[in-house]
Amino acid sequence: MPVLYGTHVESALLLGTAGYPSPRILADAFARSGAGIATVSLRRETGGGQDFWALVQSLGARLLPNTAGCHSAKEAVTTAHMAREVFGTDWIKLEVIGHADTLQPDVFELVQAARILAAEGFKVFPYCTEDLTVCERLLDAGCQVLMPWGAPIGSGLGLNNPHGLRALRAAFPDVPLIIDAGIGLPSHAAAAMEMGYDAVLLNSAVARAGDPAMMAGAMADAVRAGRAAYLADPMERTDMAVPSTPVLGKAFL
Amino acid sequence: MTVTVIGGGVMGLCVATELTRRGIPAAIRDRAPGPHACSWWAGGMLAPHCEGESADAAVTRHGLASADWWLAQGVPVARNGTLVVSAARDAASLDRFARRSTGHRMLDAQGLAALEPDLAGRFGRALFFADEAHLNPRQALSILSARLPRTEVLSGRIIDCRGLAARDALPDLRGVRGEMVVIRCPDVTLSRPVRLLHPRIPLYLVPRGDGIFMLGATMLESDRRGPPTVRAVLELLGAAFALHPALAEAEVLELGADARPAFPDNLPRIRRIGGTLHANGLYRHGFLLAPAVARMVADHLQHGTRPEFMDADHS
Repeated sequence: MPVLYGTHVESALLLGTAGYPSPRILADAFARSGAGIATVSLRRETGGGQDFWALVQSLGARLLPNTAGCHSAKEAVTTAHMAREVFGTDWIKLEVIGHADTLQPDVFELVQAARILAAEGFKVFPYCTEDLTVCERLLDAGCQVLMPWGAPIGSGLGLNNPHGLRALRAAFPDVPLIIDAGIGLPSHAAAAMEMGYDAVLLNSAVARAGDPAMMAGAMADAVRAGRAAYLADPMERTDMAVPSTPVLGKAFL
Repeated sequence: MTVTVIGGGVMGLCVATELTRRGIPAAIRDRAPGPHACSWWAGGMLAPHCEGESADAAVTRHGLASADWWLAQGVPVARNGTLVVSAARDAASLDRFARRSTGHRMLDAQGLAALEPDLAGRFGRALFFADEAHLNPRQALSILSARLPRTEVLSGRIIDCRGLAARDALPDLRGVRGEMVVIRCPDVTLSRPVRLLHPRIPLYLVPRGDGIFMLGATMLESDRRGPPTVRAVLELLGAAFALHPALAEAEVLELGADARPAFPDNLPRIRRIGGTLHANGLYRHGFLLAPAVARMVADHLQHGTRPEFMDADHS
């Protein structure tokens, strides 16, 4: 099971808390998912979210506050400070949005914010792309976990660049890697785990399902299956059939 | 039996009206309806099928009789149905909405143009919920309020319908902030509420007559009641522009915001605490569900029944 900043985490599934039909359904989904970590937004544009935060805290999961909605390093750093106050944790999912339509991270501002926050003692979980150089810079900045996207936030497209994600896994074999964003189906989550990713973080795929709790259970199963498959060392793919029964002595030519 | 209802929003007024109708005198302890009441800012859609897309099945079940109840109280109700449309690039979301709701049929561009000529050519398809209705919330509140006596003293049975203000007695009640805009655009005529599906900003436009439209509404997990943010107004107005470019010329008459009272499952509750009966938690379904909850409160007082939305006894 993944070790994130020295903390052993029971489940390789991290679940977001936004956009559920009701807090009751959110709680049901968490119970079914077995997720040990819940991401939560500070919603700095409004304030007054204490009741909802109390509901999220009652889920019993470790909280990973995020800086969703921030568009600059400065905003993200301020939000991280507020999140530490409100939720009493130095864990922060660092999200700096660069593009309004695709919600792509602004990797330049991200690295800058990561450096500032890591120096202040935050345990930074950066939402990034699968770009190797960006990921190197984030590690240099003090991040000990990387969270590359699978696809744009809320798109449900799955793993858009499997080659790039495999290359990232190979480049940083010892860094905990979490697929963050883009997961729409359990098969996407399983594929990430089969590649050797340490965990997946998702929200919309569960919150926007017709039956969020059932989908949460399906995601938990997929993450377990994908991890087990990775550890089991899957067979190699071949282009030709390889018969599982001997063909010697049969008229195969 | 006489009853004092604390709170003159949609919940309190419906409870007092339903009791009075059944011969039980009920007085309201509150000011006349106005901007202080959450329901003042409501959309007034009576859309049990559309709401069923994301809400518990109980919302649809109990919302179906809502339009009849309002009409029976002499409140004007437009029974022209609801339209749901999406931008071409979000076509899948319209199919999903259709799959997850009932009581609709899919119109093509011609069918849409026949219903709403001003939307001709704007959308290739639309979902039409023929049985749905809408009303003007402020008019409805004023009509009910004008018929009910007011009181300063608490006497007889006490029914607490204060909405979010009742959090002192109902600790599991929370606020869900909503922001809205009222615009006037005589160039655009619509006969029924139109919902525009969008992956991030679900918008509805409710015609109020005389070229006036209510545009709503955000849903934020926050109990803040202050004025709308720039972000919310931008999103609402931007989506309106996507619905019809002529709305760009509309006058902005009003910006409003309030916090809806909601329980963790976003369903209403009737709860007895000591000698007080609480009816609360209408969430975004005030005008849709208040009649059903009012009936349940009246049934409970008259016959001692435990209606569907009633909790275990907390006294």
